[in-house]
Amino acid sequence: MSEVVSNHYLEDLLKTYPKHSTSALPWLSQLRTEAVDRVSALKMPTTHDEEWRFTDISPLTEVPFQVAQTIPQLQPAEIKHHYLQEAATRLVFIDGQYASALSAINNDSGIIVGNLSTLLTSYSAEIAPHLGRYASFNDNIFAALNTAFLHDGAVIIVPKNISIAPPIHLLFIATQKEVTSYPRCLIIAEPGSHVTVVEDYIAQQEVAYVTNSVTEVRVADNAHVNHIRLQRDSHQAFHIANCTATLAHASNFQSINVALGARISRCNLNVQLASEGAECTVNGLALINKRQLADTHTFIDHIKPNGTSRQLHKCIVDGASHAVFNGKIMVQPNAQKTDSTQTSRNLLLTGQAQVDTKPQLEIFADDVKCAHGATVGQLDPEEIFYLKSRGLSELAARNLLTYAFGAEIINRIPIISLRNQLEKAVLEYTQSAEP
Amino acid sequence: MINQDSKPLLEVQGLHATVNGVAILKGIDLTINYGEIHAIMGVNGSGKSTLAKVLAGHSAYQVTAGAVLFDGKDLLALAPEERARMGVFLAFQYPIEIPGVANSQFLRLAYNTVQTQRGKDELDPLEFDDFVREKMKLLEMNPDFLDRSVNEGFSGGEKKRNEILQMALLEPRLNILDETDSGLDIDALRVVANGVNQFTNNDNATILVTHYQRLLNYIVPDYVHVVESGRIIKTGGKELALELETRGYDWISAENSATEGAVL
Repeated sequence: MSEVVSNHYLEDLLKTYPKHSTSALPWLSQLRTEAVDRVSALKMPTTHDEEWRFTDISPLTEVPFQVAQTIPQLQPAEIKHHYLQEAATRLVFIDGQYASALSAINNDSGIIVGNLSTLLTSYSAEIAPHLGRYASFNDNIFAALNTAFLHDGAVIIVPKNISIAPPIHLLFIATQKEVTSYPRCLIIAEPGSHVTVVEDYIAQQEVAYVTNSVTEVRVADNAHVNHIRLQRDSHQAFHIANCTATLAHASNFQSINVALGARISRCNLNVQLASEGAECTVNGLALINKRQLADTHTFIDHIKPNGTSRQLHKCIVDGASHAVFNGKIMVQPNAQKTDSTQTSRNLLLTGQAQVDTKPQLEIFADDVKCAHGATVGQLDPEEIFYLKSRGLSELAARNLLTYAFGAEIINRIPIISLRNQLEKAVLEYTQSAEP
Repeated sequence: MINQDSKPLLEVQGLHATVNGVAILKGIDLTINYGEIHAIMGVNGSGKSTLAKVLAGHSAYQVTAGAVLFDGKDLLALAPEERARMGVFLAFQYPIEIPGVANSQFLRLAYNTVQTQRGKDELDPLEFDDFVREKMKLLEMNPDFLDRSVNEGFSGGEKKRNEILQMALLEPRLNILDETDSGLDIDALRVVANGVNQFTNNDNATILVTHYQRLLNYIVPDYVHVVESGRIIKTGGKELALELETRGYDWISAENSATEGAVL
């Protein structure tokens, strides 16, 4: 891809800059203006950029993607099977636009939850200190685009010492081709609070579109956030995600990222252990087939002492698909007594499938416990034989072992109905896999 | 037990097998009738575990000569899963761990696969749960093992119990126990042996592959075969195992070379 093409693409995108972006709120207008400036200054990444070495994003620029002009009305019956029965609050977005008729809000506990454009009228003061403050768009064209086009999204602010047991379900539904949506999520857990959020991306049809999402998570002192991100976009779609979590003193962030869909997906997850005693667990699973590409870049930044991070990333790569994992763990000079482990495990199901995995550990403190490792393997013939000796066919044996490989991540999802959904998806998926 | 009227279940005739081009089995002849228990003994590397794996159909082993009939049918023509469905069961020396798959899920899948092949009804999770718990009692297994991943974090004894549990569920006609006694303490050995004894009857037969006589105190064989260099060099009754325990293997080896020398 030439730079000329990419710059035209960005110029054209900016021409579509919608009128609603002239916000009455000065702080928001300013945020958008800053982002538009960055979009004008930045370029689309190419494979010459180290961070995009394995992921050629140029196909994304070949179609003139725009913000959806009209939004179809979906009936609950069409999407009900995607609802999580455990969730008390569900926010539904169709092609990036909030659909209040399909959503359900339970804010009995004093939690501020809803869509951004509605909540801005009454909670601007609560939102302003956080929105756009954690996800830097200075060097990130996709975060800059998302912020420039910032229009709607989900806001969750959990007050001090409040525990919300039922998960909050954010359901993003893509229905149209050649549309770009810019989902935005803001999750603020005030001190001592506890919340579980599921960010769920699905498609109504197998068409090409772009999802460019930004999620900002702030976990205050002693707060606990479970964040589950589930990407099951159309296999023709492009999915770019930037997620940033900032962890305060003795807080806990549990993240599970599952990528099943999209032609090309890229997920950047940045976790900052910004204060002492913070803990994070970062789990990832990519299960891809045919010519899909799933790229996960994570950055876990131990800034202060006594932090703990646990990371397990798994890729199941079938057909001629390609998985990329780049996991960087930084231990800053001040971050003594850091305890960090990172594991990347990859399962190649065919000879054409490809995995590039790059665990990176950068340690600038001297009293730390860090371990990392990566494996790439195939199904073990001894395991297949064991299952066949119990009567299972070759395919059933391979499917069960493939499922088992992914189940280690799926079983960590603390929501039974979602676990069941994924179990079914993975088992059904693998039944089409041939050796 | 030996029953003069019983039919042969397994007939191994002049079986030769190689692994990675190296000959391991060099002419095994063995006939096992319904109801019988046969111990296959021998030093490490003699080929006794290879025989177990060849009978189960492990693809790493190539049969280069000979025949195996199972209930009169050509066993070697069948894939491992077909053998399993017909009633061949191998209890592994080192059972495989499958993290991520609950033991109950695995056991039910195996059970239902074999049941369907035999024209019987599958059991749903609840029905299966009742069924498997009964079998587990006989093996003094904690029901918690149903919820844990297959063999993951199981002790040696727990893994072997889980193997015998599978045997009990699948009701094979030929039980092949490959070094089931290895790594077991005396209590675990007793429990495993009791389990095996409860599931052996006149409708099946059992091959015990073992290095030591110890297991045979609990599961009493009708025949003891000594394998050396890929062939059975001596066959006797259960007293042969006791003799091996006191005298070791060398004397048979010597006796056998002497006999061969005489023939030559």
